[in-house]
Amino acid sequence: MKPTIAKEPSMLRQKDMVAGHYHKLGTAQERGQKVAYTFVPGNLTELMLSFDLLPVYPEINALQNAMRKLSGDYIAEAERAGHSEDVCTYVKCDIGMMLKGNTGPTGEKMPPPDVLLLSYTGCFTFMKWFELLREKYRCPTAMLHVPYMPDGVITKESRDYVVKQLKDVIIPALEKSSGKKYDEERLREMLKLSAKAEDDLVTVLESAKHRPSPIDSYFGGVYYIGPLFTAFRGTQDAVDYYRELREEVEGRMARGEGPITPEGQVSDERFRLVVEGPPNWTHFREFWKMFHDEGAVVFASTYTKVGGLYDRGFRHDPDRPLESLAEYCLGCYTNLGLPRRVELISEYVRDYQADGFVINSVKSCDSFSSGQLVMLREIEKRTGLAGAFIETDLVDPRYFSPANVRTRLESYFQMLAQKREGALAR
Amino acid sequence: MQQLEPLIARCRDLVEDLDLANVKAWKAAHPRGIAIGYLPIYAPREIVHAAGGLPVGVVGAGEELEIVRGDACFQSYICHLPRSVIELALTGRLDVLEGMIFPSTCDVIRNLSGIWKLSFPGKWTHYLDLPQNFEPEMGGVFYRRILHEMYAELCAMTGLAPDTECLRASVRLFNENRRLVGDLYAARAAEPWKFGAKDSYLVLRAGLVLPVEEHTTVLREYIQLCKARDVRPLDNARIALRGAFCEQPPLALIQTLERAGCYVVEDDFLPMLRWPSADVSEQGDPLDALVTSWLATPCEAASRFVKDGSEKGCTLVDSTREAKAEGVIFATPSFCDPALLDRPMLQAALQRSGIAFTSFKYAENTGQMQPIREQAGTFADSIKLWGEA
Repeated sequence: MKPTIAKEPSMLRQKDMVAGHYHKLGTAQERGQKVAYTFVPGNLTELMLSFDLLPVYPEINALQNAMRKLSGDYIAEAERAGHSEDVCTYVKCDIGMMLKGNTGPTGEKMPPPDVLLLSYTGCFTFMKWFELLREKYRCPTAMLHVPYMPDGVITKESRDYVVKQLKDVIIPALEKSSGKKYDEERLREMLKLSAKAEDDLVTVLESAKHRPSPIDSYFGGVYYIGPLFTAFRGTQDAVDYYRELREEVEGRMARGEGPITPEGQVSDERFRLVVEGPPNWTHFREFWKMFHDEGAVVFASTYTKVGGLYDRGFRHDPDRPLESLAEYCLGCYTNLGLPRRVELISEYVRDYQADGFVINSVKSCDSFSSGQLVMLREIEKRTGLAGAFIETDLVDPRYFSPANVRTRLESYFQMLAQKREGALAR
Repeated sequence: MQQLEPLIARCRDLVEDLDLANVKAWKAAHPRGIAIGYLPIYAPREIVHAAGGLPVGVVGAGEELEIVRGDACFQSYICHLPRSVIELALTGRLDVLEGMIFPSTCDVIRNLSGIWKLSFPGKWTHYLDLPQNFEPEMGGVFYRRILHEMYAELCAMTGLAPDTECLRASVRLFNENRRLVGDLYAARAAEPWKFGAKDSYLVLRAGLVLPVEEHTTVLREYIQLCKARDVRPLDNARIALRGAFCEQPPLALIQTLERAGCYVVEDDFLPMLRWPSADVSEQGDPLDALVTSWLATPCEAASRFVKDGSEKGCTLVDSTREAKAEGVIFATPSFCDPALLDRPMLQAALQRSGIAFTSFKYAENTGQMQPIREQAGTFADSIKLWGEA
């Protein structure tokens, strides 16, 4: 008998939303709807939707394919076509999917892009990725250069540079691709909806300060951020989803219940953790179970900030539409310098009274991973807590070694337990 | 004028001196001067020079240094360059540098700037975000502000006042240097048997640590000395080399290619010495001129966005043809995202143009050359066979 997977109602709602979006994509060409490909960090979803452009996020396709165990074949296909084994597996999964007929994760054919909206935020590979796709699709590319924030502070000059590009490059490109005029009022309405949903997301994320926490902010967190980081920001669907999610989480908090995991509810919260880095998607459930089995709950994670640091106060602002879109792009987690990333994780450790922190270093992502060993030591120094360092990958199943990951995590949790017992004994 | 062998030996000493003795000597002779390091692949050296500084290219430690602490900073799937750079720094070899410029080449160099800030808080650390928008009123405005601030900060370190004439003089010096670098490439492409890939590389790379005025003299002498050589051409294949723009190959690798029957007539080693590809204007505001030259330069690089309407790989095809190369060798550092992600597109462009290519990977400390020799030799042989067919 197939094991039952525990799911929250909001998860089921989200599943329907995602399926609905893929269905819209699958039928976009026959309906004559235009499509824009773009990336999650620094995405301009409201702007695209204001032109009735349907967004496609290639890295979401890749992770969805990985969760459905499809990514290994796609990566192999891309490597056969000459892509190096050393480079980002999101890219190869996407290229492989395209080479094999471009059938999306839900089995419906993905439409080709009418425009590649290259919001170049926090990841060098994005630029190469869309250069590669442009070669295949021969479609226009709208490049938005989002400057990196080495000190983690958004400067006026950088914001002005991004706003100017939005006005003079991106909006004209979207007008051309969509055949529609820019409608700022429509954009403002969407940004208003975004801000509402963002408020609820922050309430959900901050519920983790409660003991026991009603949420897991890493594995569960990827579901919580899903609609807001992708095609639904700026829509009533997202507002409804986040209201339902908030009520669900508040209900669990009132009842003193722990987070829901696929294995069931966490009833014995043994370790409070902060996690840096994206999760592994090919063995997502197995990976989560390793934490669940030890009673380890994640209270804050940096991956849930790649699409915006809402918990640090950012909101899309209908009164400053383009300026707030620019600030959003500039302030995404991977667009911030390492010192700010270290500071943020240290703040999470303190604010959420964590017992420890784990860095999941993924082979594919230099933007996240390069420098994480230095970050580990710096965070240890600042917080006085020992961290764990594990290595996996995003969507390449060859780079997930369950035995190694489990052994490292178990040793780490044993160490945390011994430390705690030692402290109690003293 | 020097003789050829001592000139090359001196350049080799400069390249292999990881303790940067000549930089220390320069500073001893210029008590108010500062030495500013820069990583690949491009930094506006004119700004450092005009501020009274010595720009020092930091491109790793090659095979000369055992990496101990650097490996503790980077996972196995990160390229080799940052680990040797951090090793150099943590062993005190870069103490002579007052600051470092980290250009926006890739995420690894970008994050290395953060590591620098965390590890050396007292040092001047500048992340150089080169614009990917090439319109003067957007990317140009953004980049000019960066250069203006950088110049002001460096001048504050040396105590010099920012000065337009001074900056223009620096532009003039670097223009002259780049023209000679271009001359060297052209002369080598014309008579590769007289120059030699490894020796030319050493002479060029010495420019990372020598003052520009001195390097210009070295280049001029080297070109003259080589042209005057009486060397018999061999029946080698003329190849262009691509992918080695950041982490540099070991000298033995370049030598191996030559021994395998290849004349390297074009390469992308050390782009910082060749960019911008045209003279920076010596008229008007020099900061504006630097900005304009960067925006307008036709250089195609893995870390520079290729705008719609420009065919990716056309610069490679053009430079391959211009140098009369018969094939392209992609020699790419392992885990180098920019080069490896670019490679399929460049290979497609070569295929469309009927240019043969082969590819392999290396690390700056690669020691095993036999497989590379065999591959390059086979490639050279096949070019010769195709040429005769």
